[in-house]
Amino acid sequence: MSVSNRLSKKKNKKVSYTKWGYIFLLPFFLVYCVFSLIPMLSTFYYSFFENYMSGLKTIGPTFVGFDNFVKLFTEADLLKYFENTIIMWILGFVPQIAVSLLLAAWFTNNRLKLKASGFFKTVIYMPNLIMASAFSMLFFTLFSNNGPVNMMLVDAGIISEPIHYMSSTVGARSLIAMMNFLMWFGNTTILLMAGMMGIDPALFEAAEVDGASSSQVFRTITMPLLKPILAYVMVTSLIGGLQMFDLPQILTNGKGGPDRTTMTLIMYLNNHLYSKNYGMAGALSVIIFIVTGALSVLVFKMLSAQREER
Amino acid sequence: MKKYAIYGKLSRGFRKGYRYITLIFLTLLCIFPFYLLLVNATRAHVDIQRGFSILPGKSLVMNVVNVLGNETILIVRGMLNSALVSTLTVVLSVYFSVMTAYAIHAYDFKLKKAAFHFILLVMTIPTQVSALGFVKMITAMNLKDSFVPLIIPAIVAPSCVFFMKQYMESSLPLEIIEAARIDGSGEFHTFNQIILPIMKPAVAVQAIFGFVSSWNNYFTPSLVLTKAEMKTLPLWIAYLRSADFTKFDMGQLYMMIAFSIFPVIVVYLLLSKFIVQGVTLGSVKG
Amino acid sequence: MKRKLLSMLLTVSMMAGVLVGCGSQETATTADDKSADTKKETVVTEKDTPTADSVDAATEQGKVVNVYCWNDEFKQRYEAYAADLAATHGVEVNFVIVANENNAYQNNLDAALMAQESAAADDKVDVFLVEADYASKYTKSEFALDVVGDVGLTEADLAGQYQYTKDIVTVDGVQKGTTWQATPGLFAYRRSIAKEVLGTDDPVEVQAALSNWDNFDATAAKMKEAGYFMLSGYDDSFRTFSNNVSAPWVDGTKIVIDENIMRWVEQTKEYTDAGYNNMTTLWAPEWSADQGPDGKVFGFFYSTWGINFTLLGNSLADATAPQEVGNGIYGDYGVCEGPQPYYWGGTWICAAKGTDNIPFIKDMMYRLTCDAATMKQITLDTQDYTNNEAAMNEIANSDYASDFLGGQNHIALFAEAAKKIDMSNISDYDQGLNEAIQQNFHEYFEGNVDKETALENFYTAAFEKYPELTK
Repeated sequence: MSVSNRLSKKKNKKVSYTKWGYIFLLPFFLVYCVFSLIPMLSTFYYSFFENYMSGLKTIGPTFVGFDNFVKLFTEADLLKYFENTIIMWILGFVPQIAVSLLLAAWFTNNRLKLKASGFFKTVIYMPNLIMASAFSMLFFTLFSNNGPVNMMLVDAGIISEPIHYMSSTVGARSLIAMMNFLMWFGNTTILLMAGMMGIDPALFEAAEVDGASSSQVFRTITMPLLKPILAYVMVTSLIGGLQMFDLPQILTNGKGGPDRTTMTLIMYLNNHLYSKNYGMAGALSVIIFIVTGALSVLVFKMLSAQREER
Repeated sequence: MKKYAIYGKLSRGFRKGYRYITLIFLTLLCIFPFYLLLVNATRAHVDIQRGFSILPGKSLVMNVVNVLGNETILIVRGMLNSALVSTLTVVLSVYFSVMTAYAIHAYDFKLKKAAFHFILLVMTIPTQVSALGFVKMITAMNLKDSFVPLIIPAIVAPSCVFFMKQYMESSLPLEIIEAARIDGSGEFHTFNQIILPIMKPAVAVQAIFGFVSSWNNYFTPSLVLTKAEMKTLPLWIAYLRSADFTKFDMGQLYMMIAFSIFPVIVVYLLLSKFIVQGVTLGSVKG
Repeated sequence: MKRKLLSMLLTVSMMAGVLVGCGSQETATTADDKSADTKKETVVTEKDTPTADSVDAATEQGKVVNVYCWNDEFKQRYEAYAADLAATHGVEVNFVIVANENNAYQNNLDAALMAQESAAADDKVDVFLVEADYASKYTKSEFALDVVGDVGLTEADLAGQYQYTKDIVTVDGVQKGTTWQATPGLFAYRRSIAKEVLGTDDPVEVQAALSNWDNFDATAAKMKEAGYFMLSGYDDSFRTFSNNVSAPWVDGTKIVIDENIMRWVEQTKEYTDAGYNNMTTLWAPEWSADQGPDGKVFGFFYSTWGINFTLLGNSLADATAPQEVGNGIYGDYGVCEGPQPYYWGGTWICAAKGTDNIPFIKDMMYRLTCDAATMKQITLDTQDYTNNEAAMNEIANSDYASDFLGGQNHIALFAEAAKKIDMSNISDYDQGLNEAIQQNFHEYFEGNVDKETALENFYTAAFEKYPELTK
């Protein structure tokens, strides 16, 4: 490295640094090609074949064109699983972004002089550390039919019979959304804080001198300047949401119950990967790829359009 | 005008109160699962089966001894494996992410825009999408039951790159690089000695995120590792979850979860101060 | 007599081998120093009878024996009763444990077997375990070796085993696995509740009250009146119905839902609506709690292995205190046959094609599944019911009594039940389909979906697991 470094310095008297851009990008793209791109392309390739294990025998691979895709849309409830995923993501994300914005604004607002803010910041991030699977299992115990939540509610006389949370669509989805919220709102708060603190303090000082209120500062200075970080938070959360797997998988024991209303796209993919149905898994991968890509592009377009309007 | 000021004062007092109430509520919400975990980790299997308790039990030592003495579920080995993988993963992903972001931020070249868009695109692609091909490939490369396929791909961390890029936009003026060049600093030297230190706050934030996500990662390791002595912690936790319940000791189980969570909390508590400070300070202003 | 002579000859020849210095094996007597438990040592000295070829071949064996299994039950048995064999053969036994749920174990095993040829000697699958629910998938394949022709056990060695345990793993007259346990089903009931409601806790009289499904339903109603549950949850009676089906799960590639399965659905729905059960699911914490001191459930369908493996632990008030009468409801359970004979579970040991440890496998299989003395000892130590008719009859006819079961000699009951086990209707798909139908009908019992939806969801789950199946 250092040799080429010195060489280049000697050569580039006229200072063209262009190639350094490529050099610095090289590791990323090299590793990406080997460990992601090629596997992905081969996954897509499999989507056009009928290929699965029947007992210990391999069936296929036989080229079947788009049969797997047709099957996914006609025989399987693909759209239902997509809907499940999005609903659970929204249920978790809306409170998450609202609370995080609020908290980040409080924490970064020097005028509020919140006491023990360091403690609170530390605590709210903690659930994010817990393994999703472990967290899900904990909730499973807490909200199980004879679990502590039911016990407490019955003891308090609020309900007479234990509620079977995991047996109702609303209950199961809410639990998953709640876990998502708890796990991620601290993380989001920290990200937003980092964004807010990146804003030039001089702006805030100027606003203060002008006598702007906290909420005015928030609306006119913080929010607009936060757009890039907000975009980042939203897009990563959406992508994370579409990949939702561990929480519903463990909570519902892989069933996506009740009535498959908490079955997410990735759980469905996992089912096919598990039974080594390569053709269907490949086709599903392609669809997930397209859906995630389209949604992400949409969100980016939206936000950048807004930025230009301003 | 006067009236308004009094009203403002009142509402300010009220607002302060509701802020604390909100914060305390959220705090309880966050701590409760951990507390429950702690309580259950100190209780014996049968006690847990029988119901919920708000107070710790007396089986703490027994559970610890059981966990350490368990010859089937190598939780300590799993911790060491996880620590090794997570550490190397974080180092690689953060270093190369800053490098990648720097390439796009600091240099002008033809494919700059295309490269950045490509990275954004990569960010949107779930890893699960390539899982099938990934498994087939590492099997062919004879890398099953090896940490290599877990560590090396960490170099590609698009969301980390994106974060670094965002941070650079707000906190890394190109003048610094110009100044370094005038001082005769080589590009690599500039990157390692000047840029990285400036990026410290962002690096700290991403290091935590990276470590945690690697520590908790279940999907990829489950595709790669099958041997007991190679398994990382989440694999053991998942093993416990799906294991034949006939052999289940819930007390031990909770203790194992505690084993997998509390080291991270310790690491986090050590680093959180650094993060908060780092974020607050920011190394370059205006 | 013949065997004794042979073993003496062997001991002599082995001693000679050691003296000459070409054998690295320990003799049967020296093998003992590895195992700490004296009780087991006597078993070892008594019965360790390696045959001539195993000694010769031992030097050429691979160093690592990989055993694929789904929990540590077999590991415990191996370590307690056969661990000395590893030293004898100079091998190291490595357990690869992958949990059963959602076909994970089978998928992992399949992948390993597929790669068997290209795998390095020490990475090859040497031994794998299978359950009744999917045994035929492997016994029909080339991957499971003939325990007589390939492994080298003799018909005489296997003669003591229950016939059904051999039938289940026999394909075209070739036996491809062997097991140490027989697993007749039973109904474990609470003696105290029986006394209160039925006026007796005697196994024979309780059995009379449960002898068929009509009586069973009538007793269930009585239990409800007295404030108890008949069963804990939805899945409790499943095996009893599913083992008495008239045809296998799958006909060709078509899934056939047997009438008896639907009878389980109907009964469970009735019980749930009438409050005869506590609405738990199998292996759930609530289900386990129902077996404990605070449980209000009359009884549980269980299998032999469940008594010690699960029920005993669940019944205690204090897990750390000695397991004895006075600790929780230890001693309050009794067992009887229940309304229909059935079986549940069972683990077979198979030798994998391509293994380089045949001599070790042979000795291990012999020790754990053919050797009457070891098997008797397992039963006495663990209350498990082992696969040796003579040894079990011996215990059945002795004054053996289980403190945990209130002094009952449950082995006698099992000895009767084991003869009635019929496994003719098993298929390759039992594991996945049993799991799927139970899980998907839980929602019907809960009242969240109607029967048709539950059935649809069952089919969806089934096709995900087995793409080749059809409606």
